[in-house]
Formats: sequence, C-alpha cells, structure tokens
Amino acid sequence: MIELIAPSIISCVAAFLVVFSTTPKLIKFLEKRNISVKDVNKKGNVFVARPGGPAIIAGIVTSEIILYAFLQMNEILAVLITTSAAFVIGYIDDRKVMGGWFKPVALAFAAIPIIALGTYDTNLAFPLFGTVQIPALYLALIIFMIPITGNTINSIDVLNGVASGFIAIAGFSLSISLIIIQNYEIAVISLPLAFASLAFYKYHKIPSKIFPGDSGALTLGAMYGAIAIVGGVEVIAAVALLPAVINSFLFLSSVRRIVEHRQIPGKPVGHTEDFRLMATDEKKAPVTLVRLILASRPLSERQVCLIIFKLALFSGILAVITSLMMDVSL
Amino acid sequence: MKLGLFGFLFVMWLLILVGGGIVVVILGPISVSEFGNLNWFVASSIKATLAIILVIAWIYILSKIKNLIFNKEIKS
Repeated sequence: MIELIAPSIISCVAAFLVVFSTTPKLIKFLEKRNISVKDVNKKGNVFVARPGGPAIIAGIVTSEIILYAFLQMNEILAVLITTSAAFVIGYIDDRKVMGGWFKPVALAFAAIPIIALGTYDTNLAFPLFGTVQIPALYLALIIFMIPITGNTINSIDVLNGVASGFIAIAGFSLSISLIIIQNYEIAVISLPLAFASLAFYKYHKIPSKIFPGDSGALTLGAMYGAIAIVGGVEVIAAVALLPAVINSFLFLSSVRRIVEHRQIPGKPVGHTEDFRLMATDEKKAPVTLVRLILASRPLSERQVCLIIFKLALFSGILAVITSLMMDVSL
Repeated sequence: MKLGLFGFLFVMWLLILVGGGIVVVILGPISVSEFGNLNWFVASSIKATLAIILVIAWIYILSKIKNLIFNKEIKS
C-alpha cells in the first residue's frame, strides 16, 4: 500500500492541475469561435461555452498514463480506453445531433476493452449475503453498465455545476469505499476521476463559464462505470449514484421510452417572474429529480443544486456504509 | 418534499440490500446437470430470466413507493 502513495498523489495532482489549467484556455477557444449554448435558466441571453469534455479527458488521460507508468496494470488500460471511447462518442454527439439510440449503443461498444483485457471478476459481491457467480450474465452486465452510468450522469447535467459536483462526491465516496474493502490499486485509479471533476466544478458551478456537454458527462459517467466493474464494486457504485438513478428512473417511468433530451415532450421545469425554477403543470412533460424537488415550491437554481448535492452526499454515505457491510455476513 | 426524497433514497438502498440477498440465496445456487455441454448455457438462461423478473419487480415496487411518497406533489 505504501508504494501506491507516491503514484496516487502525483496522478491526483496531475488530474486536478491539467483540468484546472486547460479549462480557461478551452473557454477562450470556444468563445472566440462562438461555440456556446444559451443558459436557459438565466435571465436574458446568457451564452455559455460548450463542450468542456476535452479539458476533462485531458486531465483523466494524463493522470491514468502517469499511473500506468508506475503500476502497469491492465485495469488502468481498460478504464483509459473505455473512458476515451466514451469521450469520442460524446464529442460526436456534441458536434452533430444524433438519434436517441446512438449513445446507448455506442457506449455498449465502449465497454468491449474491459472484456477484451479480462479486467473483471464474474463474482458479483453483495453486502451481508456474500458473492454470486454469474459468468454469462456478468458479460451482459458489463455491456449494460457503461451506457447506464454514462447516460445517467448525462441526464442530471441540467443545472450549473450539478454533473461535475455530483460525480466529484460520488467519485470520492467510491474511492473511500474501495479503500475500506482494501482494493487499494483501484482506489488509486478512481481518485483522479474525483479530482478532475472537482477541478472542472470550479468553472462549471453557478454561474457556469463552461458546460461539460455530452463529451464531458459521458466521459465522467463511463469512467465511473468502468471503475465499478474493474474494482468489483458494482453494488457500492450503484448506491453512490442513487440520486442520478432516481432521475433516470423517474424519467423513464413517466416517458416510457428512451428519447434524446432534445425530443422530450413538454417542459418539466419553468421559471417564475423573478426567474426562480418552478415545476410546470404540463401533463406530457417527464417527471425528473429537479421537477420533484420543485414540486412543493419554486427555488433558485443554487438552492436546487444544493439539494442535489445533499442527496449525493447522503447516497455517498450509504455507499460507504455498504462497503463496511461487505465483510459482514448473515 | 426534501425528506421524501431522502426517504426514497433510503428505501432504494434497502431494496438493493434485499435484492442482493435474493440473488445470492436463490439465483446463486442454481445449477443444471442434464444438458451436457449446454449446462452452463441453460443455467445462465434461467439465472438471466429470474434476474430480469427481479429487476421488473424492483421497478414495480419502486413505482408504488414513489407514488406513495410523492402522491400529492406529482401532478402529471
């Protein structure tokens, strides 16, 4: 474990500094070329640079290459290739409007390096009850996991700072959980995700100077999913991600099909006269986490973000408790 | 509302724990020995079918709990 401390510190510092230093340059680059989108939750015509994915992937690739130089683990390669593939998929979607099925199908292919490199364990570990061996079923789980985590993070990227702040909290929770179950190598691989998200949050928080876009959100979500698989902490990772899972669950159970966000019927959230967020009465609009938070009364964007972060923290604590329960058997 | 969301999260977590128990206790031990080389395939198919049924049941229970917790707030 001691030998992992230096690579861990160097990779985390690299992840943070690369994202922190390249994001302002990326913002300038995008603004100069008018590559920006309207922030619909701001009064007037406020345009924000997008996508921030290139800065995020730069930080993640740099940190994971540093780790690979030290540790030469196939798990690092699997996470790196899957995450990079997710970035490319997201970047294509940022530049060109693709159909609703493009991202899930393409992300399923992004999971192939994990299978090809054999960096998974077909034992699915549950707290209190132990493990279950599901060799064939587990391959299907890998194929489904990356599209699910990628799109789940993408679907909560609706307010300033939520996606990056949320994945920073979930990433730290996952890393702590990995340390608790003594999977130190994967904890070291996982930490740069949290630090890259934290650095990006500096520019993504209210008022956003840049949005991550599909390339950023899919990069963060796919890396999170890949770490869950190679670390054998699928259940713990799912628990830490619960608020985002609720959002996807509410959305799918109200819309009842997979749709691209541009094709959503009706607006789930509107604005009051003083531009606070409020839940709409549109019957066709999907139920989402933000709409539920706003159901009782209108709130400012900052207040909604704070509630989502509190939910993320709560589920992060549940994830850590789950990891502590891994050694307990009934 | 906020407490309702935290409660919903907690219920989801409990359902994951219970679901894990069902998977380990019921799905785990399933094995077949009458199909020769296809034993693993038949066993996996049975496990996959049961897993899908479990997921559908999980989603159904969550929908009911969601309606119970957010009944007044959800208008759509």
